[in-house]
Formats: sequence, C-alpha cells, structure tokens
Amino acid sequence: MEEFWHIVCILGLALVTVLTRSFFFISERQWELPALVQRGLQYAPIAALSAVIIPEIFMYHSALSPVLSNARVYAALGGTLFFIARKGQGQVVLGTILVGMAIYLPLHLGLGWN
Amino acid sequence: MFFIKENYSHPAFKEGMKDISSAAPGIAAWGMMIGVAMIQSGMNVFDSVLMTLIVFAGSSQLAAIPLLVAGAPLWVIWATAFCVNLRFVVFSAHLRAYMMSWPRWERLIAAYLTADLSYVQFVRRFEKPAEDPQGRRSEQAYLAGNCFLNWSSWMIASLTGIALAHYIPTDWGLGFAGVLALVGVTCSLASSTLKRLSCLVGGVVAIFFFTLPLKLNILVAIAFAVIFCLGLEMLYQQRFKPSKGGL
Repeated sequence: MEEFWHIVCILGLALVTVLTRSFFFISERQWELPALVQRGLQYAPIAALSAVIIPEIFMYHSALSPVLSNARVYAALGGTLFFIARKGQGQVVLGTILVGMAIYLPLHLGLGWN
Repeated sequence: MFFIKENYSHPAFKEGMKDISSAAPGIAAWGMMIGVAMIQSGMNVFDSVLMTLIVFAGSSQLAAIPLLVAGAPLWVIWATAFCVNLRFVVFSAHLRAYMMSWPRWERLIAAYLTADLSYVQFVRRFEKPAEDPQGRRSEQAYLAGNCFLNWSSWMIASLTGIALAHYIPTDWGLGFAGVLALVGVTCSLASSTLKRLSCLVGGVVAIFFFTLPLKLNILVAIAFAVIFCLGLEMLYQQRFKPSKGGL
C-alpha cells in the first residue's frame, strides 16, 4: 500500500515538472507579454544560474563560509579565469569543469577544506 | 522533439548537441549524485528508477526525496517540488514567443525536456524568436539536439548512480562538477555589462535571501536582477553596448 502511494507521488512529481516547465504555453489563448517584460527576460537566464551557483560556492551548511579556506571559491575562480583566457572558444565549459575540479579535489580531499 | 525526423536530420540538431556536450560531464556528475542520494536516503530501487525516468528535475527531486522517505502528505511534496521549480515558470514565459507556433503536444514534450542548461543555451543561441518557418525549424531542431544529449547523459549518469550508490561516497564532492559546469555556462552568458550586473545582483540577492524556504531565494534573485537591469537600461539606454562571445 505504501508502495502505491510512492508511485502516485512520483507520477505527481513528473506532472509538476511538465506543469512548471510549460506553464505559460499550455493554453492556446492569444496574449502577448508586455514588451517591457519581454525585454527584461533577457536578464533572467544569467540571474537564475548565478542564484543557483553563488550560494553553492560561498555558503556551507546555510552560512557564509570563510573565503580563504574555501576550496570551492578557488576552484570557481580558476575555472572562470580559464574561461576568460580561452575567450570562450571551443569546448571551454569542459575546460572550466576540469580546471575547477583539478583545484577543488586536492584542496577538498587533501587539506579537508569545504 | 528528438524522435521527429525533421529535427534529428537538421544541421541545427548537431549544433545543439555540440553546445551542451561541453557541459555534459558536469551534468553527468550532478545526475549521478542525485541517483546516489535517492538510494542513500532510503528510497527503494524501483522508486528511484521510476523517479529518475519520469521526474527529470534534479533540484525538485532532491527536495522531494527526504519528504517521500519521511512519508509526508502528497500535497506537501508536490507543492514543495512546484516551488523549487518556479524558475521554470519564468523560463516558460520567455520561451512562449518561440514555441507558441508549435503543436501543443510538441510544446509540452519540448518543455518537459528543457532543463536549465538547455533553456539558457537555447535563448543564447536564438536571441529573438524566428519569424519564418525555416527559422522556427532550426530553433526546434537545435532545442531537440540540445535536450537529447542533456537528457541521455543525465539518465545514464543517474541510473549509474542508483546502481553504484553503495560504492560512491558523497563526501568526495564529485557533485561540485555540476556547479562548475554552470559556472562555465554563466561565463558564456555574460556578454554585456548589464548581463554581468544581472549575474552579480542575482548571486548577492540569492545569498541574502538564502534562508527563505523552498529555494524561493532563486525566484527573488531573478526578480531583483531583472528589475534592476531593466531600470538601468531605461536610465542609460545608450551607455551599455553589448559585446559578442561572453566574458
């Protein structure tokens, strides 16, 4: 019986994914976003990503973690510098990941930094 | 979507795959950690596999796992997932202008498969919605290719995570590769002064409101950044000229 509710719950979660991701274009009714909002949305993607990663980098257990002994800060910085040095050309996101992990793993596993 | 021939035989399909391929290792690392988290939190293998296959939303899964394990009421779990996913509601407002001309079922499937990275790479590649059928076809093919590779790397990694959950310690911090992939993509979006400011404002606001429940800090951060940048744009229309190619 418990298993049945788990399946219902997971089906509902899949529905939530569809509903949120298609929220404004499920209906076929004609309407247009105001031009101002449409223009403002160009700033949404980068703000959303930044809102996800900046806390992931600078915080630990819901509090700001000291910057100087924070492996994630050095790793993200190294990755960003690599991106700038390569001027965003080629498989640069892959390089950002590799450079970042090459900095993060020794500091995290070797020195025990967060 | 990717199973439609007009999409997968179109050159833009490959372009979409190529763009996401660079971030794929990060997506895979993050997906694997979600797989591990499901099993290690006490979900059984059947539930974990089902959730991976049909929910396809890392952050909402992560929020739902402990609630499901603790036996929280269904509506609480669903409402939590909805709130954690609210950023997609904003994205859907943005994507509407691109997708409204597609048949409804294609819109819904495409939207379901469009996770964060596919959305940002799509609107970066096509800054304005196309007005002719060929342009719309490339948009659709690009998104299909991008989503296809994102979806498959996520699925393979997440199912691997479920299979190997007892051998992968979470304290190694492999999931951080996912954050680094997002760092790279964020850099590639930072193509103008105002977009860099949007990044800064979004990050600071997200930390400031971190204690809000249900990841609502992300939504507040988007709202602040968009309003702030729109305000600056209107005040100094001439001063900010966009540049090409990211940072």
